Amino acid sequence: MEKRVTFKGIWLPLLLVLPQILITAVFFFYPAGQAIYQSLFIPDPFGLSMQWVGLGNFEYLLSDRYYRASFLTTAIFSILVTVVSMGVALYLAVLADRLIKGSGTYRTLLIWPYAVAPAVAGVLWLFMFNTRVGVVTWYLGLLGYDWNHVLNEGEAMGLVVVASAWGRISYNFLFFLAGLQAIPKSVIEAAAIDGARFWTRFRTIVWPLLSPTTFFLLVVNIIYAFFETFGVIHTITSGGPQQATTILVYKVYSDGFVGQDLGSSAAQSVILLAIVSVLTVVQFKYIERRVHY
Amino acid sequence: MATVTLKNLKKSFGPTDVIHGIDMDIADGEFVVIVGPSGCGKSTLLRMVAGLETVTSGEVQIDGRVVNNEEPMDRDIAMVFQNYALYPHMSVFDNMAYGLKIAKVPKPEIADRVATAAKLLQLEPYLQRKPRELSGGQRQRVAMGRAIVRKPAVFLFDEPLSNLDAKLRVQMRLEIKQLQRELGVTSLYVTHDQVEAMTLADRMIVMNAGVADQIGAPLDVYANPATEFVAGFIGSPPTNFIDAALIGGGGGGGGRIGIRPEHVRLTDQGQLEAVVGYAEALGAETLIHLRAKDGGQITVRQDAGQPIPHEGQTCALDWDTAQVMRFDANGMRQ
Ligand SMILES: Nc1ncnc2c1ncn2[C@@H]1O[C@H](COP(=O)(O)OP(=O)(O)OP(=O)(O)O)[C@@H](O)[C@H]1O
Ligand SMILES: [Mg+2]
Repeated sequence: MEKRVTFKGIWLPLLLVLPQILITAVFFFYPAGQAIYQSLFIPDPFGLSMQWVGLGNFEYLLSDRYYRASFLTTAIFSILVTVVSMGVALYLAVLADRLIKGSGTYRTLLIWPYAVAPAVAGVLWLFMFNTRVGVVTWYLGLLGYDWNHVLNEGEAMGLVVVASAWGRISYNFLFFLAGLQAIPKSVIEAAAIDGARFWTRFRTIVWPLLSPTTFFLLVVNIIYAFFETFGVIHTITSGGPQQATTILVYKVYSDGFVGQDLGSSAAQSVILLAIVSVLTVVQFKYIERRVHY
Repeated sequence: MATVTLKNLKKSFGPTDVIHGIDMDIADGEFVVIVGPSGCGKSTLLRMVAGLETVTSGEVQIDGRVVNNEEPMDRDIAMVFQNYALYPHMSVFDNMAYGLKIAKVPKPEIADRVATAAKLLQLEPYLQRKPRELSGGQRQRVAMGRAIVRKPAVFLFDEPLSNLDAKLRVQMRLEIKQLQRELGVTSLYVTHDQVEAMTLADRMIVMNAGVADQIGAPLDVYANPATEFVAGFIGSPPTNFIDAALIGGGGGGGGRIGIRPEHVRLTDQGQLEAVVGYAEALGAETLIHLRAKDGGQITVRQDAGQPIPHEGQTCALDWDTAQVMRFDANGMRQ
């Protein structure tokens, strides 16, 4: 039986959702509409007039070597951020789940990074890895490794991945821990009695039962890596070196606000909008039938 | 198949002692039921045998081998849980085959053994279903099937029937008993239901707050309870307890006597007077509830043919002295 509140008229429910609709309209529909509109024009260098180009901006983008490179960068970056943050979070959650005493403290400590704003996290990591005064750089130097993410593309990517994943671990940890604790203890015990040792149990019981959580986190983390890592990248690398860390969202900013190519920037926004729509649809489709076993 | 021996087995959770030292020898193929009220430590005892709880002190032996430090998977046991603990993402077949797959039993033999168990438990039509597509009774059977396909040395049951409705419970009780007879596997069965204990057990352990008050065959325990607790717990309706001082000649010391409802008669002149509260006519028998002078409840069980007294009527109660069980102030049988 479904439990839901039913309203008699139309006005009260409308009134109740109105604030949300207004906020969505002002901060989402309006800018999204603007972006779509602008993506069909090229403004003149002084921003005084706009010239209709149809899908010209899109055609140009898709044939642009740099834009395609940015796609690849985004893919690599998102996969790394997602895998690292989810992997570490799962590992910690499994440990916390096994821990009976002191798991409260452990949990609280693990949640802290989530409260740190991405840009601040970026600055923290930048400090530690600063090529001249960074602590980690200094230790790496002692080990004979010359860290320089300002020049080395791989190191730059590594650093933004770690900084982006770090704050995300807390969030993933909470969901994984909740997922693990939702698995009845007796099911695990039954498997132990059936002869399954820790890894077998994890592989055949825990992991499959955790899969709805994992899938949910996968989508959420990809969306995060695509869109919310702007602050981290902006503070640490500004998309460099050689655009090695210019992910799609960063390119929207650098082409639009730095390069002043508003038409192209708007077209890129529209493409991102399409991507996030697809991801959201996938997520909702899946959550609807969350219990898949 | 195997014997199970418990030697001065104790369990504490931190500062709280839960099991206070239990000794028992379980013979090969024996069906032993652990019975007692909620919270008395039945599950804890069973879980120590399973290896799901550590042993604080004492020994658990299976087939003469001390298994205190062995993992559950090394003990050659199978367990049926109260909530069945089926693997929700696996079919009935896979649930039953799981342990065999891990033990690397060849595929044809797995299929064979699961088929045999499914036939025995009438689960054949459901082998491809998921647990959530089964009724409570069917899930219970799958849990049983999962235990028997592995042919373990010992079966452990933790209140396997308590989630079923009354009728199904009686039916499954019979099936479990038959199955155990057929397979001849040593079994330890936990329940808080004394009827289940009486009907299933070869021998039962009556637990009271972490202590085994009495270990014995059901009818012996019924006829000869070792403590006031056992006399009150085993048997339904429970034994009547009367202050020894009330009937005179009790020997003092604050003891009580116990007398079973079927051993009390309503007469004109007896050893105790009581006022009739209400009567329950159950068809074959009638239960009459009375209140003694000191306020104590007394139940009399009589055959349906006998006259039923009116509510509020004062009756005399009588019994054979041979049926009286005397308990001292500590509840121990004298
Ligand atoms: N992990 C634990 N930590 C602390 N105390 C526990 C733990 N497990 C059980 N206990 C305590 O041990 C006592 C015995 O518990 P147990 O589960 O064995 O009771 P039980 O006889 O099986 O009861 P029931 O019929 O309700 O299942 C209870 O008082 C319980 O509170
Ligand atoms: Mg219990």
